[in-house]
Amino acid sequence: MRAIEPWVLGPLRSFVSESSARLALLMTTSGQVVAQHGFTGALDLMSAAALGAGIIASSSELAMQMDWPPFRTVAHQGEHYSHFLAWFDSPRGRWVGLVVFGSETKLGVVQVYFDQLVEELVAAAPPEPVQKKEVLAADFERELNASLRALFGR
Amino acid sequence: MTNYAPFLEALTRLRGIRGAMVVESGDGLVVAESLMGGLKGTALAAMAANLATRAADLAGSAAVGAPRFVHLQASEGSLLVAPAASSLVLVAVASRDVPLGLLRLEMLRMAERLA
Repeated sequence: MRAIEPWVLGPLRSFVSESSARLALLMTTSGQVVAQHGFTGALDLMSAAALGAGIIASSSELAMQMDWPPFRTVAHQGEHYSHFLAWFDSPRGRWVGLVVFGSETKLGVVQVYFDQLVEELVAAAPPEPVQKKEVLAADFERELNASLRALFGR
Repeated sequence: MTNYAPFLEALTRLRGIRGAMVVESGDGLVVAESLMGGLKGTALAAMAANLATRAADLAGSAAVGAPRFVHLQASEGSLLVAPAASSLVLVAVASRDVPLGLLRLEMLRMAERLA
């Protein structure tokens, strides 16, 4: 289990253990990974984050077209594995959670512990630094590499 | 579409019943509920469905067939689960002072009707 922000680790660890999730991924709505559990390859992780963020964006857009409030959760049921995808507002902005689980647990259980994860994240978040650094294109690659190192220990 | 309200009303009319639910056993999601304040439906449904699945696994390992009724007795009351149709379970939460025999009979009867 790895996280860009260490305060996320405690709540995520407890979520994975309680819900019996196989894979768990926390990301921003733009697909930037915040924390992950169970992914072994950088490529898989980045694809999952991009696709997860895409699904949330497209389902929110669909709801907007229908004049509905945006869907909070999306669940896809598979024969062996299923996935649960939900957005929530954290003290660091809107985040998305992607959870892959097998037949050893249930969608309802994942949902219950996901709600608990959100509460714990909100409680655990340290105050944000007042001065935000301007994001420069030159810093992007360095920050991306630093994030990958944090997420995969490379 | 099945109307589950009469089933739940019949159960919650019994003395000491704090709530009753019909739960989809595969996903652990609420199908219908009638709960008193203070009971969290989504959590209860998820855990009750999990309990029913584990009980079925246990009964299978013990080669005693499919469970017909699960009774979890706790210090302040009981959780009762009766598998109904192939994908539904009937769940009731009872206080300590409930006539459990009568409740069990009612739940088994309703589970048969839900099947």
